Amino acid sequence: MNNSLLIVLIASGVAYGTPLLYAALGELLAERSGVLNLGVEGMMLVGAVMGFWTVQRLHTNTGVALAAAILVAGLMGALMASIHAFLVITLRASQIVSGLALTIFAGAVGLSSYLGNDLNLADSPAAHTFNAVFPKSMQGWPIIGPIVFGQNVLVYISWGCVVGIWLYLSRTRPGLNVRAVGESPAAADTMGINVTRYRYTHTLVGGAFAGVAGASITLAITPQWVDGITGGAGWIAIALVIFAFWRPELCLVGAYFFGALQALAPQLQARDINLGPTVLWTNALPYVMTIVVLVIVSSGTARSRLGAPAALGNAYIREER
Amino acid sequence: MRVTFERRLSQPWWLTVVVPVCSLVAAFVIAGVVLLATGIDPLTTYRQLFDAGFIQTGSLSQTLISATPLAFTGLAAAAAFRMKLYNIGAEGQMYMGAIFGSAAGLYLGSRSSSSAFVIAAMVVAGIVGGAAWASIPGVLRAFFRTNEILTSLLLNYVAGLILTYLIFESESYWRQTKGFNASVFPVGKQLPKVAQWPTWTIDMQGGIVIPLGAFIAVIVAVILWALYSRTRFGFEARVLGDSDRAARYSGVRVRRKILAVMALSGGIAGIGGASQVGDFAHALDGDPNGLQKLSYGYSGIVVAALARYNPFATLLVALLIGGLKNAGNTLEGPNFPAGLVGVLQGIILFCALGGELLVRYRARVHRHGAAPEDVAAAPAPKAAS
Repeated sequence: MNNSLLIVLIASGVAYGTPLLYAALGELLAERSGVLNLGVEGMMLVGAVMGFWTVQRLHTNTGVALAAAILVAGLMGALMASIHAFLVITLRASQIVSGLALTIFAGAVGLSSYLGNDLNLADSPAAHTFNAVFPKSMQGWPIIGPIVFGQNVLVYISWGCVVGIWLYLSRTRPGLNVRAVGESPAAADTMGINVTRYRYTHTLVGGAFAGVAGASITLAITPQWVDGITGGAGWIAIALVIFAFWRPELCLVGAYFFGALQALAPQLQARDINLGPTVLWTNALPYVMTIVVLVIVSSGTARSRLGAPAALGNAYIREER
Repeated sequence: MRVTFERRLSQPWWLTVVVPVCSLVAAFVIAGVVLLATGIDPLTTYRQLFDAGFIQTGSLSQTLISATPLAFTGLAAAAAFRMKLYNIGAEGQMYMGAIFGSAAGLYLGSRSSSSAFVIAAMVVAGIVGGAAWASIPGVLRAFFRTNEILTSLLLNYVAGLILTYLIFESESYWRQTKGFNASVFPVGKQLPKVAQWPTWTIDMQGGIVIPLGAFIAVIVAVILWALYSRTRFGFEARVLGDSDRAARYSGVRVRRKILAVMALSGGIAGIGGASQVGDFAHALDGDPNGLQKLSYGYSGIVVAALARYNPFATLLVALLIGGLKNAGNTLEGPNFPAGLVGVLQGIILFCALGGELLVRYRARVHRHGAAPEDVAAAPAPKAAS
């Protein structure tokens, strides 16, 4: 029963969706403060390569190595995000072009590839990887076994992050301030909220999440380093924030849905099932579905319920409010 | 001491030249520091880079091979970004142009003996392919208000999958199915002689080979410049870019403009794809490590941004970035770091963006004692003198 296609798809949807979830939560934090960061793909790749490097070079026990890797990946993600933050918050550059610049700089043919090459990371599997934490017997339980107990620790932490960010944004003073900064920075400024500081912090924390998202690919899903290993996951994560109406709890649902779509191609291939005439369809499905869902979400009646921060994408210039 | 920025009411023209040039210099300095930090001598690296890109015998011919597609993708980005329509799908639109262009070349090339006719048909097919692919995000943006950045980008991955599929995973019209080589490694069908684009050779540096595509890029740049600075269409597109609301109130048909500009942008990228096939590869390149690894579409954004979306400057910058790309490809190996050229491009773009601040704003330094609040409250200064 646990081998049925549906169960396997849901279980691997959770696994494949976890990097998407981390990246989307990070992007959500940045966007809620009014900063659109299109550099997610680049930040993920740098996090992925540096996280991988850490486990390869740090010769300690698995737990310490993995924790250090996540820390390094998060720091590198934040470092990448700081470039974007400086350009768009302090220098008032176009958020769209700056985000693209970050992806070009850090992405598949940029810094991540440079680092991967310079540090000789290709061609060897990860020395330590995230594995399922619960005992085999529990993973064998019908239905919930593979879905709930068959996951690695990053999945469980991500659930904590969803709850934490939801509570932060809706129940705490700083969280409400962030929302004020994202909706109306001028009003927030008048209330004595430091707009610049809030935007910097949330862009950097968002970058850290993206870095962790990248490492969760190279350390859990495909434990190796290949140039451009994320394959557009960063962009899907940005789209996810839009589907989720900028709400963390909906990010979770969306991430697992797209995770399942990504898992679909290999699973169907393994079972010799052909969806449509060729393998092209199954491979293109995550991208096409992202576009379809984007269209549904952004058109017609759904639009009125959208939760886009009003000041998203605009620089805040005190002198020109 | 404190620095504040005041918006310039008019931008002196020389700033739009000096700032990008200084951004470029700054980018090389910053990248040099990065290189030093990773234990590589920047001066040697840069000398290697410029030698391989511009100076060595035959290097300019090689540079034109990268610069030509970059000119097309750069112009494509410039056409759309000028209207604040962020088409970042030039990559996929280029693949589609290549697919359509090579189909036209293969089909007509075996039936017609007129090279000019076949080549013209390939260019048109490239435009159609690119424009059609760009129209998907265009229509979605115009009628469903779907974010064109995400849709155009995601379609790049789909276009890449289609390209690979045509050569590697199917027995399509584009694939070479006969012969020994084809059974070893899947390749595209070779274009007939009449469908291969001509080149011209200048007797310099051991012969600089100029592909037809480079000339077409110049023509496209002239047309684009005329369109944006001399026609009503271009004027309305520029107004729409500068102020969406002003354009709506003055009766600009926004939907139509979005569709037209997306198709225009995609069409230009599509010619780039046709030129890839006609000028250089002479067959459809479906290898995921071939055309798709060169990421001309994304670099086109760097080109356009550094050129401040000016078509003629785009051509110049394309030559420069093309030289860097070419040098990166020739030098890649144990002694030359991979990905360096991508890093350099990113830093150039960052610097160009940061420099934009100085074009739009005047920096004013306040010494101790001056109350910055007064400056903030003061009325905006009169036009720059």
